[in-house]
Amino acid sequence: MKKYSNKSVSDELFNPESPIFGIQLTYDSIESQIKHLKSMLVIRYAEEKIANEIIAGNVKCPCHLGIGQEAIAVGVSAFLRKSDSVFGAHRSHSHFLALNNDPYSLFAEVLGRIDGCSHGMGGSMHLIDKDNGFYGSVPIVGATIPIAVGAGFAHKMEKSTNLSVTYFGDGATEEGVFHESLNLAKINELPVLFICENNLFASHMHILERQPTYSTVRYAKAHNVQSLLVDGNDLAAVYNATKIATDYIRSGNGPFYIEFVTYRWKGHVGPSDDNDVGLLRNEVLEIWKKRDPIKRLINSLKTSQSILESEFGLIDSEIKKFIEESWEKAKVSEYPSKDFLYNNTYSN
Amino acid sequence: MEKINYSKGILDGFEYLLTNHEEVFVLGQGLWSPWYVGASMTDLDKKYGKSRIIDSPVSELATTGAGVGAAILGKRPIIVHPRIDFMLLAVDQIVTQAAKWRNMFGGKSSAPITIRGMVNRGGEQGAQHSQSLHSWFAHIPGLKVVMPSSANDARDLLIASVLSDDPVLYIDDRWLYDCSEELKEIDKTPLSLQKPKVVRLGNDITLVSCSYTTKLCLDAALELEKSGISVEVIDLRVINPLDYDSIINSVNKTGRICSVDGCWQNCGLAGEILAGVTERIDLRLLKTNPKRITLPDSPAPTSKVLEDLYYINSSNIVNYIKSIFL
Repeated sequence: MKKYSNKSVSDELFNPESPIFGIQLTYDSIESQIKHLKSMLVIRYAEEKIANEIIAGNVKCPCHLGIGQEAIAVGVSAFLRKSDSVFGAHRSHSHFLALNNDPYSLFAEVLGRIDGCSHGMGGSMHLIDKDNGFYGSVPIVGATIPIAVGAGFAHKMEKSTNLSVTYFGDGATEEGVFHESLNLAKINELPVLFICENNLFASHMHILERQPTYSTVRYAKAHNVQSLLVDGNDLAAVYNATKIATDYIRSGNGPFYIEFVTYRWKGHVGPSDDNDVGLLRNEVLEIWKKRDPIKRLINSLKTSQSILESEFGLIDSEIKKFIEESWEKAKVSEYPSKDFLYNNTYSN
Repeated sequence: MEKINYSKGILDGFEYLLTNHEEVFVLGQGLWSPWYVGASMTDLDKKYGKSRIIDSPVSELATTGAGVGAAILGKRPIIVHPRIDFMLLAVDQIVTQAAKWRNMFGGKSSAPITIRGMVNRGGEQGAQHSQSLHSWFAHIPGLKVVMPSSANDARDLLIASVLSDDPVLYIDDRWLYDCSEELKEIDKTPLSLQKPKVVRLGNDITLVSCSYTTKLCLDAALELEKSGISVEVIDLRVINPLDYDSIINSVNKTGRICSVDGCWQNCGLAGEILAGVTERIDLRLLKTNPKRITLPDSPAPTSKVLEDLYYINSSNIVNYIKSIFL
């Protein structure tokens, strides 16, 4: 079980017991930091709400929760435009919410209702919000990686400075299409930001049971794609890395790969902590929870007196209220009508 | 009378699209040296530039996925797979992504990609360079499957496929490339209105076919005319979704149906046609049992001697029909 404790691994990012540094609050203005904090809280509370409603029996569709991974979507989205094209995968609530702050259309979708972002035809695993640049998430592992490369072709042909983003997990790096896509993007110098959220697990399997090393950046290097390996639970680190990557891509230099190291608090799917993912999971999970990206930002903001306890309490209760109200509203949205069974198979 | 052959029809279709629609681009293997696709893509890269005619790495899945992504963003990509056998590496993007994209997002997005797959068989190429798998793909709701049999159709259906708002698998057949017919004006009928066509009128039996088997049926009909047998031939053209109207009208007239298809029999297009027809007609009108002529249910051989036995030819059709009437 030594391998799970990471003691022998030189790369400290994968070691949950490595020192936890404060968030470098110089990364952006205080207003932005509060905005990012709010965005992370919306994602956290929305997913906790979904988890509770699954337990209560009110949500039936499979939900892959990303609790503990919120800093990545929020930090990345800080540099995205509505004219960019973002693609997600099975665990994409955070990618969606970080762009639109719209838990209502997520909740309605998860409940299979007409007001859902996909009119109740997609559920948790098929989210879309083109107005905010979110062009779709799908649960076939790795499937949106080449699709984002194709969006990169479109952006390049339009000679714009827009870019496409593909979010995927460490498991997707084991799919052949991931490697095909890195090569295709590089050989055509396409404006594509590859984001690997390495949460150490693909379903129940730890990365060291699937790959010879923790980090996946070696694949980017093999394809001559610029890359960074970053602490995904440190909002400032995510922000700074994304700034470097998006500046690089928008300047016409081709694709960029960022691997964000994080940890999945919940099981592969559903609301449980998923104790079947290996011996010592409970113990390791508790250590990783000390690296909670939200707590780390709050602690740094409080330590620097950028935010007072009372101010934080107000923000926190406002967001909780927003989540509850969104859920109550989603619950009473209608189901899609029968013609949705057939009407969208073809364009006419 | 100006003539046009099938591969020129395809080439003209590409040129029309690339000239008139700037959102059209082509991605696939070998496009800067397209010798293996006959004359169907000659010099497109020189005329339209390498940023629109994009040769690719040996990555069927990623290039097809890239086509899906570009289509979602508003482009009209044509992804070229010089053999359907290799296209199978891209099935996830065709079947699970493109075909479902509109439906699973409640109509808020779509992936109007055109995938050109070629049937290229014979010449002792063997089991992995020979397959016709259109029945598989025609099974998939959301994926239109187009199979032209004539030169003008090869052009017009390519244009209609690319301009369609749906994902389309356009399948052409190397064995038709040199077949020619009178050149006609471009027919701009949209794909949603493109239906099966009666390509030869007759009274004694209805043959239903698509792509290369339509040529075989027309050859057989000519031969049978000498024996006084009048054969009606229906060219399906679009095999998903399937429109039965013209077939039903024909069978109601002739009382006999034989479907001829270049893929295997079990769960294939030929059987689907017979099922669709027999569900829709008064079976008492049938004068003969419905019949399928397909490949035998075995992989393609290599030796020329066995190839001649394996692939359907017009005499198979002639012999069957003569066995009914003579």
